[in-house]
Amino acid sequence: MKKNRLIHFTLLFTSLLFIFSGCTSFTPAPHPETTPPPTIGESLPEINLTSPTEESIRNYLELTDITTTTFSSTQIDCDILLVEIFSMYCPLCQREAPAVNELFKLMQDDQKLFRQIKLIGIGVGNSAFEVGIFKNKYKVKFPLFADPNFAIHNDMGQVRTPFFIAIANRGKKKNQILLTKLGGFSSPDKFLHSLAELIEPPVKGEK
Amino acid sequence: MRQNITTIMLTLLLSLLLTSSGICTVSEIFSESIYNPGILSPIDSQLKVKVGDIAPDFTLPAVSGKTIHLKDYRGKKIVVLSFVPAAWTPVCSDQWPGYNIVENLFKANDAILLGISVDNIPTLFSWTGQMGHLWFEVLSDFWPHGKVAQSFGILRSTGVSERTLVIIDKKGVIRYINVNDINQRPPLETLIKELQKISGSK
Repeated sequence: MKKNRLIHFTLLFTSLLFIFSGCTSFTPAPHPETTPPPTIGESLPEINLTSPTEESIRNYLELTDITTTTFSSTQIDCDILLVEIFSMYCPLCQREAPAVNELFKLMQDDQKLFRQIKLIGIGVGNSAFEVGIFKNKYKVKFPLFADPNFAIHNDMGQVRTPFFIAIANRGKKKNQILLTKLGGFSSPDKFLHSLAELIEPPVKGEK
Repeated sequence: MRQNITTIMLTLLLSLLLTSSGICTVSEIFSESIYNPGILSPIDSQLKVKVGDIAPDFTLPAVSGKTIHLKDYRGKKIVVLSFVPAAWTPVCSDQWPGYNIVENLFKANDAILLGISVDNIPTLFSWTGQMGHLWFEVLSDFWPHGKVAQSFGILRSTGVSERTLVIIDKKGVIRYINVNDINQRPPLETLIKELQKISGSK
């Protein structure tokens, strides 16, 4: 019994020592990207987002029937879902905002692509207030969501920002990552073209 | 034995939660140039000032080439001091760029922002240059090293300052102090709400 208690105490003490040594050391830690970033061909974990209240956003995402407080990105009706991982605090995201807005405008203006490719942004480590600031400052028209606790950022391998991921939301490759892009894109037009090339031809019976 | 296993599992889970709390984003603009110091002790100093005190006056050089005297704002502007620990580190590198897009919120509350770090001017020049044009002054508390941080009681034992926000009203009185966990960015909405309260705009 005494021996058991001694083992018990030693294990607890060692574990606590481990915790607190981690809190006080100043040794360089590994780079923030501790898990690998998403790669093409992989399946992306489902992204759960807060259901939008704005009618225009619900219409754009075709989520008009959603009654739950959260929804899955797989419920967005499109062939390809382009996700921008950004942060209000990221200077490159700020600088690239006009180019991303231009990309969205090109998508909207294209009779065919506007239903096939949809764009959302996820503000990682940002509160809804902070996402709102980014949205107002750069007059962002596409849906932006907050990821205040980095839950989605963790699933995305803690990528640097901005990071773009194109995911197949329909067809044989559903949930697969089709394209990734770290940093800005030089031409919204060319970027949209590269996305359009990834759309699978429709399978019979599918819309 | 079963009790031992449970204890280990619980303790390891707790350790995982604690050691992963310093997560942050890094902008691609800084690419590989950010040094990650790991998780640090959240606070490592003893405040020497409190809400209601007259803020210790200081004169510091700015990256812009100006010399900034705190007392010059007396009677004119509410002053927000944003002390950050060090240039080229993860959380600091994505704090001021956020403040850079909310100039309107500061203006609406008749406030100015002064960014302060213990780094020297050349380092601050290179680092803040990556953030684009900053609308606020960035001050160097490098020499005598950390003297201003010391006067507020926020100089850590490692020679860097705490991640601290201080709001000083037009009479020079400290109205708000937040010595934040150094590993995390302070929430912007709290700062703005405090500013609104002090300025009376809301």
